Amino acid sequence: MIFLQLFLSFLQIGCFSFGGGYAAMPLIEEQVVTLHGWLDMTSFSNLVTIAEMTPGPIAINAATFVGTQVAGLPGAVAATFGCILPSCIFVTILAWIYTKYRKLSVLQGALASLRPAVVAVIARAGISILVSAFFLDGTLRFALDNVSLRMVLYFTAALAALRMTKLSPILVMVLCGICEVVFTFFAGI
Amino acid sequence: MQEKKSLILRRLFFSTLYLSAFTFGGGYVIVTLLKNKFVDQYHWIDEEEMLDLVAIAQSSPGAIAVNGAIVVGYKLAGIPGVLVSVTGAVLPPMVILSIVSVFYNAFITNPYISAMLRGMTAGVGAVIASVVYDMGKNVVKTKDVINVLIMIASFILSWFFQVNVIFIILAVALFGIARTVFSVRRDEK
Repeated sequence: MIFLQLFLSFLQIGCFSFGGGYAAMPLIEEQVVTLHGWLDMTSFSNLVTIAEMTPGPIAINAATFVGTQVAGLPGAVAATFGCILPSCIFVTILAWIYTKYRKLSVLQGALASLRPAVVAVIARAGISILVSAFFLDGTLRFALDNVSLRMVLYFTAALAALRMTKLSPILVMVLCGICEVVFTFFAGI
Repeated sequence: MQEKKSLILRRLFFSTLYLSAFTFGGGYVIVTLLKNKFVDQYHWIDEEEMLDLVAIAQSSPGAIAVNGAIVVGYKLAGIPGVLVSVTGAVLPPMVILSIVSVFYNAFITNPYISAMLRGMTAGVGAVIASVVYDMGKNVVKTKDVINVLIMIASFILSWFFQVNVIFIILAVALFGIARTVFSVRRDEK
């Protein structure tokens, strides 16, 4: 039952992504690429790129995208519903506890330990995306004919721009994309 | 009273819909905008309470933008408020990504569009690397050896041993709760 599978996969993503923003990314990669093979690594990288370009949380974007790709609109609804259900339950319970007792300190203490782990798994997912961008066969095989020096150059230039200028991340990404389009255009002549 | 309630629900729906449709740049941005709307503009929530609601949104699993909408919805109108604000928050990314998904398969075969996405993937990698650097620096800055060890251990488990992200999050969460409870007890003595 594909709808149930989508629902359960995104339910897990919704349950275990703490810390917002990129925290959902490693979980999405694991469910969608590693466990179920709904997307390959290139499509996953594209999905992250598209999610970055469009408004809305990456998990909701991913749920709609993967759901539609795998099982059309009903798939998108099943995945999105799975994705937000844990939030609805958890946040409502916490808000209820808060209005009754006004105390959240133990929870926040526990979350302080979770933050370093979240940083680590985000780093891991980021490296997966870079491996698929840098290496032509998508695996970590260091050989000159397997490494796209152009991508390494874009990455380095983008990182330098992000750290040293105030350009917005979206603009930096678009500039990388335009460079590659220009290259493809001239390489095609 | 009945009229006031339907006004609140209507405003909740359109506020979350609007914020979700036009916020780029992740959950933290939307939380600030929720505050602007409901604290500064409508005066429905006071500033201090809003800080606690934001803490709840950030401590819960799932996307912070969705959690923020839920917690504000619950505060203002209970369970109906939750349903209304979640729907408002989820609709824009769902609609946008559905449209993207429909065209994705047609687009991706175009060499220039796939070049654009390929180039932007290198840019996304740089954005993630930059975010991870900042987050990692903050973890190191706490000068808490245990936090740094959690970060290193999580990365090793995830990258070299391919341990499921969910297990890492669960284990660290349990460890964090134990650590917090232990330190609270010690403080009380």
